[in-house]
This record gives sequence, C-alpha cells and structure tokens, in this order.
Amino acid sequence: MTAVDALAGGFADPPLEAARAFRALLDVMARPGRIADLGGAVPPAPLSVAAGTVALTLLDGTTPVHLAGAHDVAAVREWITFHTGAPLVGAEAAMFAIGTWEALQPVGRFAIGTPEYPDRACTLIVERAELLAEGARLTGPGIRDHAHLSLPEVAAFRANRALFPLGFDCVFTAGGRVAALPRSTIVEDV
Amino acid sequence: MTDQAYNFAYLDEQTKRMIRRAILKGVAVPGYQVPFASREMPMPYGWGTGGVQVTAACLTPEDVLKVIDQGADDTTNAVSIRKFFQRTAGVATTEATAEATVIQTRHRIPEAPLTEDQILVYQVPIPEPLRFLEPRETETRKMHSLEEYGLMHVKLYEDIARHGHIATAYAYPVKVEGRYVMDPSPIPRFDNPKLSGSPALQLFGAGREQRIYALPPYSRAVSLDFEDHPFEASKAPHDCDLCGASDSYLDEVITDDQGGRMFVCSDTDHCRCRRAAGHVGRLGAPVAEGVA
Repeated sequence: MTAVDALAGGFADPPLEAARAFRALLDVMARPGRIADLGGAVPPAPLSVAAGTVALTLLDGTTPVHLAGAHDVAAVREWITFHTGAPLVGAEAAMFAIGTWEALQPVGRFAIGTPEYPDRACTLIVERAELLAEGARLTGPGIRDHAHLSLPEVAAFRANRALFPLGFDCVFTAGGRVAALPRSTIVEDV
Repeated sequence: MTDQAYNFAYLDEQTKRMIRRAILKGVAVPGYQVPFASREMPMPYGWGTGGVQVTAACLTPEDVLKVIDQGADDTTNAVSIRKFFQRTAGVATTEATAEATVIQTRHRIPEAPLTEDQILVYQVPIPEPLRFLEPRETETRKMHSLEEYGLMHVKLYEDIARHGHIATAYAYPVKVEGRYVMDPSPIPRFDNPKLSGSPALQLFGAGREQRIYALPPYSRAVSLDFEDHPFEASKAPHDCDLCGASDSYLDEVITDDQGGRMFVCSDTDHCRCRRAAGHVGRLGAPVAEGVA
C-alpha cells in the first residue's frame, strides 16, 4: 500500500453511513450475543470491514487508539490517522484498542475507568475469524433469558465482570459482522 | 425534505461521535450517568435539549419518529421537536406508538407495550437522583462510587413519617441491576414498573446537566421501598372519560369554574386507538366512521 491508498476506503456518505453503523453497534452493545452486519468502510488488511467501520464511526482526534500486534502496520496506521485523526498510543493510554484477542494480551493493561468515572474505560475492538451464536453462555442486562456467543475465552471476561462497574468493553468483529460484550454481561462456560 | 443547510439530524459528525461514545458507555454501565459535552441546541434548556441530542445521535434515515410530551403527541414541545427532525433529518414521523422505531418522550412511558425494535429516549431535567439531598457534584459522585444510598432511603422514610406513605409521586428513584440508583426522569411512578424488563432500549439525555445514561433491554429497575411500605404504582382513581380505560394514567382537566372536571388518558395515542376500537367513556361520544 502506498500513501495514496490510505486516502481511500472511507465512508462515501459519512453522516448516513455513520448513523446506520452506530445503530448496528448500539443494537449489539445493548443486546450482548446478537450479531449484526456492519459495513461501509474499506480498510487495509488486516483490519476487517467491520472493525474499520467501527473506527470511522467512533474514533476522532480526541480518542487515543492502540493498534496491537499484526494490526500495528504502516497501512493501518496511515489509514486510521488519515480518516479519523486519532492519536496512536500505547495500551495504557488508549480509549480504543484494535487487534486479535491474542495480540491484545495481557488485557490488564487497558483502562478500566475509575470508581467515580467508570466510563473512562477502554473499548477493545477484537478481531475474530468468525462470530457464532454458540459457546459461552451470557446473561445480564440486555439479555432476556440467556444468549450464546463464541468468545475467545471465558476466564478473562469473568474477571472483567467481577470488576463491575469498572472494566473494559469489547466489540468483536469478523469480516462484515459485529457483536459486543459490555462489562455488565455475566459469562459462563457451557 | 431535508434542509440542505444542515448536516443529517442537525448535529455535526464530531459531536455525534462524542455523543455516540457516551451512549455506548452508558449502555455498558446501566444506570451510571456518563458526562458528555452537551451542545447548545436551537431550543431552550428544559425543552428537551438532552433528549434531542440523543435522538439526533441515534436516528437513521429509515427511522420513524414519535415525540410525546406528558403522553401527548400534539403539545407544543412534541410538535416542535417532531418538526425539527422532519426538517433536519427528513425522517418519517408518526403518532402511533406501534409504528415508531424511535420515541422521544417527556415525562411518560407509552401505555402500549414497547418492542425490541424500538428505542425510547427520555428528556431529563435533573439526572442526579441525589441532587436535592446533596447539592455537591463531588459528593454525589463519591456516593455513587461507594454505593452509598442511605440518604435516599432516609428521604423516602421522611415521606412516611410526614404523610404516612411514600408521597414521591414522580421521578421515583429506581435501583438498576442492583447497583446504581437512577432518576427515571419525572415520569409518574405509575410508569415505574414499565421501566423494568422492557424489550426496548431506554436512553436518557440531560442537556443542561450534560449527562447521558441508559437502561438496556430486559434490565432490572427496582423502585426503592421498604418491606412494610412496598412500592405502589398509583393513578387517579377514575376511568378515562373519553375512552373508558381503567388502567391508563390520567390527566385531570378542569372544564368550568363550577368545579367541573374530567379525567382523560395522558397517552393521547392510547386513548385515540381505544376510541377508534369503539370504547366510549362517561363523557365520550362514539367515533364517527372515518374520523380519528
């Protein structure tokens, strides 16, 4: 990818595409376990379409972002910088972090908010190979009885829930699909 | 037709991103008030600037918007906000609860049950339930962080000591998912049971106070009470005089200076639907064909 390529792949119609993308994101965050389609952005590899769309919808110059592992490459750095203006920072200072679950380890590095301001916590955008409504059992706010979601593991999310109301929140992306796991969700092995 | 001079849904994209991030954090921590950089809106504080900003951040062109003010679709506040989004977002609007995908409300929850496909946006004047008990923000923030809500129970107890029952009739505090005490905005306590376990996402926006908070679908919101003085939803002990409904929240309307009065549904859409279905109250006239 050349520097010029970084200029491509943004929203064609930012107000409308961002509005639709946010509604999909709001829907999956409010209903953990639900999987929705999310698209609009055409980001450089290895950033998925859904992760790129989340970035364009939520990131701007006020949101430090951390690129983890294979996502910390020039093409992604340039694309994020050009389209959102978000400063690229280390894990500890990040409001958003993008990477695979393995690359994001150890997740204890990320901000979990403070007792007075639990909202000052990091949102992890976790790239997955696929998202399936099976696996770990989810209960809690936003879920009527229970839901299932293919999480990368269970222990880390149980530990995160134990910190409530502190903790990080996760958005899972795979290709053009998105799901979310807010810190309020109780995760159990099946 | 959208006014081309404005961005979609009035707010600029930078502002909407900021509000959207606040909404997502609010959803992740149910009942916690997320600070946000509230903007000046083309309407005065107290007219729903918080609700309007949350609605603007959530709207998509495909949405059908309903706006109610104390249950009514046809009062000044509701009409002007509906027109505002018709002009700046070009969205379809409706008065029918069942047809709406986004409902902005001032101080009521519609009588008709909401669905998973709907978002209810509340206009909130004072988001902090502890504010009248403790004016300092630094202290109320600490009280929330320490889950120190004894003062709120003292307030409810003083109601009982003075009036023999809990006299708080609106903005009745609820505890969300066993953690945060939340002000449900000045809805009548009659509406409190509808907060809990609703299939719809409920978002709260306070413009002047710069706070956004949320109640995700199917969240528990328990009205605070005592074992010997359990919470009771209350309403005027009458039936609607227009549609005869015995289970809806009523407004009292003074009809003359001789003490004449009538009680009508506060939810105008609910009342209209019932009358269209042939229900007639004490003072109601049967609806003619093709009217209503």
